[in-house]
Amino acid sequence: MTNLTSVPGADVVPTPAAKSAGRKPAVKREVNALTGMAHIGLILWAIATAGPLIWVVLASFKSNTEIFLGKPFALPEHWSFKTYADAWTEAHVGRYFVNSVIVVILSTAGTMVLGSMAAYVLARYRFWGNRFIYYLFVSGLAFPTFMALGPLFYILKGMGLLGTYTGLILVYIAYSLPFTVFFLAAFFKTLPYEIEEAATVDGASHTRKFFQIMMPMARSGLVSITIFNIVGQWNQYLLPLAIITGPGTDNKLLLTQGIAKISVSAGYHAEWSTLFAALTLSILPMIIVYAIFQRQIQAGLTAGAVK
Amino acid sequence: MRHGKYPFIIGFLVVPVALYCTFVVAAYLQAFQLSFTGWSGFGRITYIGFENFHKLWNDDLFWQSLRHNLFLLILLPVVTVAVALVIAFLLNVGGSSRGGQTRGVRGSKAYRIIFFFPQLLALAIVAVIFQRVFGPDKSGMLNGLFPASWNPWLFLADERWAMTCILIVLIWQAVGFYVVLFSAGMGSIPAEIYEAAALDGASRITLFFRVTIPLLWGTIQVAWVYLGIAAFDAFAVVNIMSVDRGGPNGATSVLSLMIWRNTFEFSQVGYASAIGVVLFFLTLTFAALTLRVTRRESLEA
Repeated sequence: MTNLTSVPGADVVPTPAAKSAGRKPAVKREVNALTGMAHIGLILWAIATAGPLIWVVLASFKSNTEIFLGKPFALPEHWSFKTYADAWTEAHVGRYFVNSVIVVILSTAGTMVLGSMAAYVLARYRFWGNRFIYYLFVSGLAFPTFMALGPLFYILKGMGLLGTYTGLILVYIAYSLPFTVFFLAAFFKTLPYEIEEAATVDGASHTRKFFQIMMPMARSGLVSITIFNIVGQWNQYLLPLAIITGPGTDNKLLLTQGIAKISVSAGYHAEWSTLFAALTLSILPMIIVYAIFQRQIQAGLTAGAVK
Repeated sequence: MRHGKYPFIIGFLVVPVALYCTFVVAAYLQAFQLSFTGWSGFGRITYIGFENFHKLWNDDLFWQSLRHNLFLLILLPVVTVAVALVIAFLLNVGGSSRGGQTRGVRGSKAYRIIFFFPQLLALAIVAVIFQRVFGPDKSGMLNGLFPASWNPWLFLADERWAMTCILIVLIWQAVGFYVVLFSAGMGSIPAEIYEAAALDGASRITLFFRVTIPLLWGTIQVAWVYLGIAAFDAFAVVNIMSVDRGGPNGATSVLSLMIWRNTFEFSQVGYASAIGVVLFFLTLTFAALTLRVTRRESLEA
């Protein structure tokens, strides 16, 4: 392992390092030892990360009896796909998945439209109350969602929106606004004013300037925050659990709720194989999406923290 | 040119502000209001002053839950930041040096892709997976890996270790995100600084403590605050993974779970709101303290 990574080039290339040639062997040995240890550490963490996921996929092809035999990483004796049929038809993973997709598409779209409109006006227009509205949005970042849970439930109940996607989507949008506005307002502020002024001279309306000039210029920021919102809303568990409840909502559960529910009912009968198939079905699309967009996803999710 | 400015501003702001005020601002304000009432969720709202807070003070479960939150608050950031920093350092600077230039280990891209993936899984789904990983019989992953002669470990069903299991799951999910975050930070440290330090004969370990950590301090602070806020939540993991939801015997109860159960299961919305208010002030104090205590002279490269 260490042989692979030690680069002989150091002696040939004339560099400032040549000055320290005297200590080279010692330094090199230290580096080789460290590189070896680095690989061991990294491989261990990679196993710890991927291990449980690989185990879930393997177990999803096993019969329940085989799961109870132990040997978690042995290949299944008979590859059984019946568990997948069960997970799809009886446990309704497919439906939960589609529900989540619909809700997240609509709520992210709504968040981006409303969030960028508000952020744009707050970032680039001076008017009475601007700062107040801006800080009203940003202060939302300081409150734990848990605090609002009870009141939110009764607000939705009063409006007859409990157990509906309309209610859930509106709530997703409202709770995503603070960060979206905060992030995009900072972004819109950095865009140059000259182009906008030129457009004004040419007689473009405010609305037109926003859609045809500012939005395209803000694309990189919009992409980051869109990914951030998609992932955040896709992973929501608390809000759907509180909002999609009551009679007649069995078919409306989102994926996170659905998986948790399947897990509970699997626990009653200790019938794990269907649960593993359901888990695999819900992880697999994420792996595919991630494989395609991993650069954008990493950038989008960390953009918020780097500012 | 001024023409149409105010209709435009109002047109763009009215929907977002209305939505935000209805579902967020109103809900938070009501939470403060309800914390002074004995409201059950139905019927009349009666004000009872500070009685909820008084009751909270004498509630053993509250103190137990708070202790568990503090356990997470201390250990989750410490372990996650430490592991993520070491991994990010190895990925970026752990490789061999070419011409005095430090570089990442081979395959660092592949590692980064694997490490980051858990971030894409909902915490709820991670909790379901790990409930099985920690399964208390041979069907659990860990017990399945142990030698056949061992008695099965109870993990989540063991009062002494249940909270540690919760902590491990939160760390497992969080590390990858901070590896990527710290990697981005390390990437922006100019290579000349490492080169200069290496020329002076600094070892990798010295580089890590004397160069990397001081230059990343701002990012580490942010990570600390984020992880602390996550430690005050932990609802999904506890609600799904723990035995008897918060058990065994209250061993994994946390404040967020108490709020949930008081709101939706015990019809004590007033009491739940009081816990929410306490949680709010705890979070705020924590964030302010972290930023204050960890303040350093900023080292701009």
